[in-house]
Amino acid sequence: MIVPVSYYLVLSAILFGLGVVAFVFKRNVITVFMSIELMLNAVNLAFVAFARAHNQLDGLVFVFFVIVVAAAESAVGLAIVIVLARNRESLNVERVNLLKF
Amino acid sequence: MPILSHLWIILALPLAGSAINGLLGKRWPKSAVNSVAIGAVSLTFLAVAELVREFFQLAPDRIPYVGDYFTWMIAGPFRVDFALQVDQLTVVMLLVVSFVGMLIHIYSTGYMAHEGGYYRFFSYLNLFMFFMLTLVLAANLVVMFVGWEGVGLCSYLLIGFWFLKKSAADAGKKAFITTRIGDFGFTVGVLFVFATFQSIDFQTIFKSLAANPVSEGLLTTICILLFTGAVGKSAQLPLYVWLPDAMEGPTPVSALIHAATMVTAGVYMVARMNPLFSRAPIAMLVVAIVGAITAFYSATIGLMQTDIKKVLAYSTVSQLGYMFLGCGVGAYAAGIFHLMTHAFFKGLLFLCAGSVIHAMGDEQNMMKMGGLRKKIPITYWTMLIATLAIAGIPGFAGFFSKDEILEAAQSGPHANFILWLLGVAGAALTSFYMFRLIFLTFFGEPRYDEHAVHVHESPKNMTIPLMILAFCSIFGGWFAAPKLIGGIDHFSTFLDPVFTMYAPSAPPPAESAASAGVALAHALISWPVFVAILGLLVAWWFYIKSPETPKRLAKSLHALYILIFNKYYVDEIYAALIVRPLLWISTHVLWHVVDERVIDGTVNGVATVARESGGELRKLQSGNTRSYAAWVVVGAVCFTFLLLLVLGMR
Amino acid sequence: MSLPFILFFAFGLLAVAGAVMLILAREPIHSALALILVMICLAVLYLLLGAEFIAAVQIIVYAGAIMVLFVFVIMLLNMGVEERTNFSKFAYVGVVAAFVLLLEIGHWMYHSAVGGATANGAEPATAFSTVDLSTLLFRSYLFPFEATSILILIAILGALVLARKEE
Repeated sequence: MIVPVSYYLVLSAILFGLGVVAFVFKRNVITVFMSIELMLNAVNLAFVAFARAHNQLDGLVFVFFVIVVAAAESAVGLAIVIVLARNRESLNVERVNLLKF
Repeated sequence: MPILSHLWIILALPLAGSAINGLLGKRWPKSAVNSVAIGAVSLTFLAVAELVREFFQLAPDRIPYVGDYFTWMIAGPFRVDFALQVDQLTVVMLLVVSFVGMLIHIYSTGYMAHEGGYYRFFSYLNLFMFFMLTLVLAANLVVMFVGWEGVGLCSYLLIGFWFLKKSAADAGKKAFITTRIGDFGFTVGVLFVFATFQSIDFQTIFKSLAANPVSEGLLTTICILLFTGAVGKSAQLPLYVWLPDAMEGPTPVSALIHAATMVTAGVYMVARMNPLFSRAPIAMLVVAIVGAITAFYSATIGLMQTDIKKVLAYSTVSQLGYMFLGCGVGAYAAGIFHLMTHAFFKGLLFLCAGSVIHAMGDEQNMMKMGGLRKKIPITYWTMLIATLAIAGIPGFAGFFSKDEILEAAQSGPHANFILWLLGVAGAALTSFYMFRLIFLTFFGEPRYDEHAVHVHESPKNMTIPLMILAFCSIFGGWFAAPKLIGGIDHFSTFLDPVFTMYAPSAPPPAESAASAGVALAHALISWPVFVAILGLLVAWWFYIKSPETPKRLAKSLHALYILIFNKYYVDEIYAALIVRPLLWISTHVLWHVVDERVIDGTVNGVATVARESGGELRKLQSGNTRSYAAWVVVGAVCFTFLLLLVLGMR
Repeated sequence: MSLPFILFFAFGLLAVAGAVMLILAREPIHSALALILVMICLAVLYLLLGAEFIAAVQIIVYAGAIMVLFVFVIMLLNMGVEERTNFSKFAYVGVVAAFVLLLEIGHWMYHSAVGGATANGAEPATAFSTVDLSTLLFRSYLFPFEATSILILIAILGALVLARKEE
């Protein structure tokens, strides 16, 4: 029995949704970052599935770039996290609250 | 025809005088202000004289002469041109206004010599001349209304000339507001005229009316509406209340505006619109009734006034009533005739009163005068002449004009016995209170402190106008005299074309000239003459022979005395019935509710909404990252939903 | 029940389990490990879909470098379980919204034109060719390729500058 492409898409959606939940729910900054990575991965899966569905390689190229950008972003983001942790002695995302009205 | 083709010169002269004095006169010496003001009005009079000369050279088919200067406004079918016209009626009015105006200007240089704001006074006075002349020269209702409103404005400015005095400022306001009520009726009348005739130009209206009849009901409505304007402007019942208060203004103002010219604007308007009125008998009856009742009513109030100017004010109201009575019974020429003679003798009376006041050091209460006859002889003699004129003693101007009116009321085509009776009764009272004024002021023992008040005759620039006007008060009525000795009444004949050109029916055949003696005897042995002499005698009895009689009479008829002495409490009634409710509505409804709650509320409400919503939205920026994250997700949900909708997927 | 089918379900479920574990874990290190699990499962799924190169890149770069970086930072910052603060009540609304989002997207994906049409599913006749992919990368998408290399350079610089100890 063949696995239809839509199954992969649904899986991607589920993973994305869970990533969003984690994004909102978790209190540790690093965990929040990881949930972003999870979301990006889910999107990658969707791209690959679409590439398969259209039998075109362009989707894969996009995945490639997503991975590269995710890498760059994590590097910078974690640098920020380190600075934050240094200044605040805490990794609680709710303590990052200086940008208020 | 230099003046006729440039009628606007007559208007431009006083306007220029007013502007020059008003803008530049503040620092000028009095002589400079005088030259400008007197110069302007004298030149105007000369221009009018020249106009009259040219007028008499016009062929009859070119009368009325209309000069159209520019198109003022066009709004669809509504078209108003700034057009001036000259016909016989205009000529009479122009002469009266400019001549009497000029004399009063000269008088004012003496009367106002010690007053502050000298330049302002003459600026306003010239401005008044401008507007009055506009009113008289107008060729259509709207230009006339410009003049109408303008004289009202000048009246307000001049009544409240001493604006720092509260009673004067209030009087100015009262005048303006009361006449406004009449003006509202007038405006509605003009609108009706436009709706009916599609034009507000006099000649167009009259020609259209003569060619195509208009329903009588409509005409009656129009005439009554226009007449309400006259009721306000010419101080008839019930809108007369402003005129006695207007005595707060300087006496020359009372003479010019509230005796000779502005208040006669209503009479002029009715005479001008005679084609309409003649075709609406009910309206004419209304005019006559209002005039007659006012004539009598106002005379009763004048009986008991103690302020010399107030007596003259009520007398003016009363005499205006006579003019309207004349117009109302179809004797338009008689009404205008009385307008002219009244300008002479009432103007003279006011100027003399001013002279008396000036002599008495600004005292206006007659009860504090007395025995001035020998001390200010010129004033005494001229005032006596004016009184004889107003009382209708034969030979003087008022006799001819009043007699014509009463005769028309008695036996003219629209005669009415009751109206005639009211007129005669009013004449009796007029004679009585005017002679009362003379006797109280000039006869008897001085009732003032002779050491405190230094009574002196007025200077020449005041007495010469008095003498000129006295001359007119005697001979000004003699245009009509020839009728009594078998000739024709020149005045009525002159004005005849104005009132017959568009008249509804052929004029009644001219009464065959009765033989000289019969007409004269008929005129002399008549009720008006009787009551005039009767009034003189009773006044003499009350105030010279047995001065206790008035007091005894007042005591025995106490209630009536109090009623009339307090002017029938009309001012108080108006205040309670009209002024106070209006003020209450203005304060409690319009101010507190509409203005404060609705309008301010809306505006402030918008601001409050903006501020409050801003305040609430601000709380979104809580600084809490998790809530930001949650908002991002919510935004994503909405966005996805929208996309789903747009792309049409289920 | 062919092999691809079983593999799909097995690794799919495993991926979901990993994601759930990421949410439920108390320690951040457990979340990191769960995420690594997810990534490995996804790599397998890529293989199933025929994207061999991408699967390899996923393992090497994503799971092997990025996640290692995460683990290093977690180790470095050894903060342990942080306090339970609850400053934002609105965050719970976000959770609900997230579920709604999940359902929406899932529904959408399922019914998308692509999903239904490809009945010939995910099993490729042949896998994607790496040669073709690289040709595409170095020809049509050359500019983004070079741009991302600069991006990485910038990221390195940024990370260096940010995390420097102040003297």
